Amino acid sequence: MSAAPFTDEELARLRADFPILSRTVRGGHPLVYLDSGATSHKPRVVLDAERHFYEHTNAAVHRGAHQLSEEGTEAYENARETIARFIGAPASEIVFTRNATEALNLVAYAFSNGAHGGGGGHGDRFTLGPHDEVLITEMEHHANLVPWQEVCRRTGATLRWVPVTPDGRLDLTDLDALLTERTAVFAFTHVSNVLGTVNPVRELAERAHAVGALAVLDACQSVPHLPVDVHELGVDVLAYSGHKMFGPLGVGVLWARAELLDEMPVFLTGGSMIETVRMEGSTYAPAPQKFEAGVPVAAQAVGLAAACDYLTALGMDRVHAHEQMLTERLLRGLAERPWVTVLGPDDLRERGGAVAFVVDGVHAHDVGQVLDDSGVEVRVGHHCAWPLHRTLKVAASTRASFAAYTTPGEVDALLEALDRVPAMFGLEVPA
Amino acid sequence: MDLYQELILEHSKRPVRAGLREPFDAEAHHVNPTCGDEVTLRVHVTGSGDEAVVEDISYDSMGCSISVASASILAEEVTGGTVAHARETVEAMRSMLTSKGEDPGDEEQIGDGVALAGVAKYPARVKCALLSWMAFTDALHQAEGAPQ
Repeated sequence: MSAAPFTDEELARLRADFPILSRTVRGGHPLVYLDSGATSHKPRVVLDAERHFYEHTNAAVHRGAHQLSEEGTEAYENARETIARFIGAPASEIVFTRNATEALNLVAYAFSNGAHGGGGGHGDRFTLGPHDEVLITEMEHHANLVPWQEVCRRTGATLRWVPVTPDGRLDLTDLDALLTERTAVFAFTHVSNVLGTVNPVRELAERAHAVGALAVLDACQSVPHLPVDVHELGVDVLAYSGHKMFGPLGVGVLWARAELLDEMPVFLTGGSMIETVRMEGSTYAPAPQKFEAGVPVAAQAVGLAAACDYLTALGMDRVHAHEQMLTERLLRGLAERPWVTVLGPDDLRERGGAVAFVVDGVHAHDVGQVLDDSGVEVRVGHHCAWPLHRTLKVAASTRASFAAYTTPGEVDALLEALDRVPAMFGLEVPA
Repeated sequence: MDLYQELILEHSKRPVRAGLREPFDAEAHHVNPTCGDEVTLRVHVTGSGDEAVVEDISYDSMGCSISVASASILAEEVTGGTVAHARETVEAMRSMLTSKGEDPGDEEQIGDGVALAGVAKYPARVKCALLSWMAFTDALHQAEGAPQ
């Protein structure tokens, strides 16, 4: 890839688009925000788009025949087009949810609703029973883990998982034994939210398809950070959240191939998602509407579409190149500090823009507190990946994660603030 | 930063009465789900009513310096005193830690616990400091229900 990171001038212009980046924290320190993996900040165009919706076309979309409803519905459906194009999909394959967690729950519930003959699905792909298995991985965020535990509990299916190697890659040695004819679904993450590990999605999807399993991808840490085309990835279902990619809180996206959406039983039910309702029973609208019960998150979808346009204008290949540069800079800086252990692969090519590390002998909460005191905001804890931390034998870690607006100077600020940690906690550090 | 006072760091590096011991009347295990910190805490109580005495607090604390130091301070301040005194101490700690900085803490009542006053200004860390105290309250409750 030949795309270049953003220049200082470009970064300065870009940062001016994000009002929050100019605020100070903790007694006047400039904000050094390195927690975009948790949630990103929002450029003014996104805030303006959401506000414009409320000020000009606010309506309960897909209901009513008045002018506002027409215009609101048009804005909502245009947003679907933009968001679909961003990942190389047709608009009819995009379902809006509240967040990625809900999108993944939607899929998990489809299997148990299907197992009980409910939800208006058809075919036998979305059923699970005692003879079936669900395969996940040990590096999953709880959002792509707990829903599968629960659907297995409800249906009697067995949950299996691909282990993680000590250096934070999927251990595919025994994949043939784990991924079998019994496997109904293989759900895995594109990029680990802790380790930054980029998984071989295409290969894993092909392996899933070879045994007739559906490939479900958690794309929360990839869609905001690198060019994603659903057809190149070869998966069947993909979920991501809007708020991690400069979009508003409260909107997530589920993509699935059209014939799967058609077969998939519904999850949340109620208004807007029906075809006919009688007291005895109901039939459901075609996808994507049948998955969008209740008044849709229209303003948020419009905001997310503005975020997609913003990222497209920046160029996702450049966003990726920029974050790679930052990751490399941070990894190099951490490698110069022998009292720090970095989690995850040491090969930059296998990494996204998140770096988790441990200061040996100091708890992540304490590390984060010292960084915060200098205005450096990182994530501490297990980052909703508790089993992964247990496997790596780490109680908690400190994670820095990037976005297009992150500067090399902010990486340096993190390293500088980190250097306060050993003295504060009395670590023996070679000079 | 007034969070990490020398006293806190000292307690976190050399926690008082650490480790799990016998005999004990009740054990509680508490977890901080945001970071995965855990404490297992045992209490041994003798006597009953106003005469009841906390003979021993033993614990295994896995967590940040604040949570380890807090467990250490709990064991130091409460062991050997009456159950009534222990309850007052828990209440005084809770009051200080949840006061958002309004309550500086009563050294007569909570001893080294006043060194944790700075935690009250960091809402995300209050749970770290309270973890072992909640486990203690829980264990004490169980111990009182158990036959003496």
